Amino acid sequence: MFYRPMFRFVPDGTKIRFMNGRFAGLVTSAVLSTASIFLFFYPGLNLGLDFRGGVVLQVQTQQTADFPALRAALANAGLKDASLQAFGQGGKGVLISLESRDNAAATQTSIQEAESALAKAAPGSKILSTQAIGASVSQQLFAQGLEALGLSFVMILAYIWFRFEWQFAVGAVATLVLDTTKTIGFMVLTRIPFDLVTIAAILTIIGYSTNDKVVVYDRVRENLRKYKSMHLRELIDLSINETLNRTLGTSGTVFLAALPLALFGGHALSGFAWIMLFGIVVGTSSSIFIAAPILLFLGEHRLRRSAAPVKVTAK
Amino acid sequence: MLYFSRAKTFGILLLCGLGILLSLPNLSARPSFWPGFLPWSQVHMGLDLRGGSYLLLQIDTSAIVKQDLNALVDETRQTLRNAQLGYTGLHADLANNQVVLHPLEGQSQQDMTALQKLISYAPGSSSPSVALSTLPDGSISIAIPPATQAARNSQAVEQAITIIQRRIDGSGVLNPSIQRQGQDQIVVQLPGISDPDRVKTLIGTTAHMTFQMVDSTAAPGPMAPLGDEQLPMADNPQQMMDVYANVAVDGASLENAQASTDPQTGQWVVNFTLNALGARQFADVTTANVGKLFAIVLDGKIIEAPVIREPITGGSGQISGNFTPQSATDLALLLRAGALPAPLNIVEEQSVGPELGADAIRNGAMALGAGFVLVLVFMATFYGLFGWFANVALVMNLFLMLAILSVMGATLTLPGMAGILLTLGMAVDANVLINERVREEVKNGRKPLAALEAGYKRAYGTIIDSNVTTLLAHVTLFIFGSPPVRGFAVTICAGIVTTMFTATVLVRLITSRWYVSRRPATLPV
Repeated sequence: MFYRPMFRFVPDGTKIRFMNGRFAGLVTSAVLSTASIFLFFYPGLNLGLDFRGGVVLQVQTQQTADFPALRAALANAGLKDASLQAFGQGGKGVLISLESRDNAAATQTSIQEAESALAKAAPGSKILSTQAIGASVSQQLFAQGLEALGLSFVMILAYIWFRFEWQFAVGAVATLVLDTTKTIGFMVLTRIPFDLVTIAAILTIIGYSTNDKVVVYDRVRENLRKYKSMHLRELIDLSINETLNRTLGTSGTVFLAALPLALFGGHALSGFAWIMLFGIVVGTSSSIFIAAPILLFLGEHRLRRSAAPVKVTAK
Repeated sequence: MLYFSRAKTFGILLLCGLGILLSLPNLSARPSFWPGFLPWSQVHMGLDLRGGSYLLLQIDTSAIVKQDLNALVDETRQTLRNAQLGYTGLHADLANNQVVLHPLEGQSQQDMTALQKLISYAPGSSSPSVALSTLPDGSISIAIPPATQAARNSQAVEQAITIIQRRIDGSGVLNPSIQRQGQDQIVVQLPGISDPDRVKTLIGTTAHMTFQMVDSTAAPGPMAPLGDEQLPMADNPQQMMDVYANVAVDGASLENAQASTDPQTGQWVVNFTLNALGARQFADVTTANVGKLFAIVLDGKIIEAPVIREPITGGSGQISGNFTPQSATDLALLLRAGALPAPLNIVEEQSVGPELGADAIRNGAMALGAGFVLVLVFMATFYGLFGWFANVALVMNLFLMLAILSVMGATLTLPGMAGILLTLGMAVDANVLINERVREEVKNGRKPLAALEAGYKRAYGTIIDSNVTTLLAHVTLFIFGSPPVRGFAVTICAGIVTTMFTATVLVRLITSRWYVSRRPATLPV
């Protein structure tokens, strides 16, 4: 541990024929992404407060929270849209959510109504945090968030195009789109709220996933120069195998960094961390099973302008 | 690979030292020997970490438009009266930001000429105060151009910021931060205030005070006679009173206001003094109306309507509503600070109590620490000695990031901390790439030195490509994202820059020193 490495993920000279699984990989990915798109429309993302607007009060009650009584008290105060949710351990944490009101003044009134109803129904409760976001602001945040997401795709496309051939850029961005849709499907299933923090998580994943693809592509490009007559399919397999320890090594460290956050990071961070964990697994596997096959399909006859055309035997 | 000039080595070590030095402010109090030329700044804790309130206020621009158009209607009326021109249907068209009137038959040209007087230019502005045009149906439009309106709104936001600053400072909140955001929004941050009700009231009140005469001749009924307005009493909204719409003295003429107790009754009152203009108007009105009722109106509600017993010529007076010590102090504060140019709405609010902040820090810090340790252990088991070199660089990286964020005065939120951790997790990628490369070169039969040389050289291209793509994605996020996301993007960008330095330059320096002193026959890869 202090001088020599202890172990490695895969032994040297590993020759896994990844490209044999190219159809399986693409089909699985396409199915998952299509399913995710359906999930996006129904039941749809659990929009967080940032994008939905409304009010969330985080409350700690003195005794174990009596949910029916609280619900009744809030309904009595005219807050029929109040929804309650437990958080933390010990049954004393309650999240009270109210829907968005027509205007700012009405929102402020609803906070006061909720606070006074709470003081009556559960005396001694502490309000740990209050968050209120108006409808216009939430729409503005939503639009800005999606705009940033879309533009960073374009920037990545442009840079890879500039540094590599267009086949690489298209492969990378198509894979990123597939990764992102799957992440959205994951968020629908786990009900992790979609808000500014999770947009940041998605962008971090995009950054990470691109990074991973660039490393594999870089090796493909290098091998294209090195082995002028090798079939593109073998060449891609070779490149993936050569970079496999690095791929697993880097995703391993990022995974380990995010794991404690997901498990113990608390209410505020666990959603972010779970998305990261999911994204690392998806991003790593998509470099191998999606980005590389796309490159193979797009580049089969085009990526060797210097060498003589290579006959590709159909399998 | 092996050769580092003295100057270069010195430069690298200096940079590392500076990084540690500049991140010190986050760890300890300022020592006495700290040199004056070095900044002593810390990373700010976001409200989610230290507790406090964040309010996003939006100025009600429609109220400004309404005020301006009403003033424009008055001005138009005055101008046409002076020019002795008749007209019909003079009104403010709020939807189109214009005032419309129908000229009398054949007088359109004269009207237009007379109305030219309304056009003026603010100093330094190329956009006229109003634009005249004839509408298809023959009526005249006096419109406020969009550029002028935008400048006006912008000015209103600036004014509102000054006034809020005065109000919050007067209320005793420490270290508030009040900043403009975008066209018509203001961000107010109140560290340590988890229950901002009082501040919200102070901000949410326009505090426009007027003195208006009560119309005692008006017949009681639901409708106010022409030229009057019917206003509710502040402490009993059901009770309405008819006052003359014409404002006798405007609150803008207030010079000072103080809360105190009335020596006779022991009640809380607010004493005010008026400036010269206000004092003269006040004297005139009170002299002419002895024995009549006089309403003190705040934001459309009558606080009190006392009888004028004698002319008040000294320019000072007293308001005695049903005040508590707090409400008297707050009203005095509001009057001193001045009226907001338009109402402000609280469109976003976040308040975090100190308990939650402490909890969040403890959980977050533990999880982050655990993640960091796991990365260190992983690198050590996977890459042995070279892994430890990378770990040294990783710790250095943490200091450098902290230093950059401190000098920038960045705000660290919980997601930002997660961002730092993930950046560190990804930072070792560069070392992973280099180590794998070196290993391959060794397998290809190269000697240790040649393998190191080739490994570093070949890995660089990949490291740069992969980091530049990530950097681009986050720069985009910074430029187009909303403020909370920007903080996150800045953290990641700072991390990428420091990573490029520590993971390549610093680790290379360490490796070369190690190689030179040991001259190993084989590399531990």
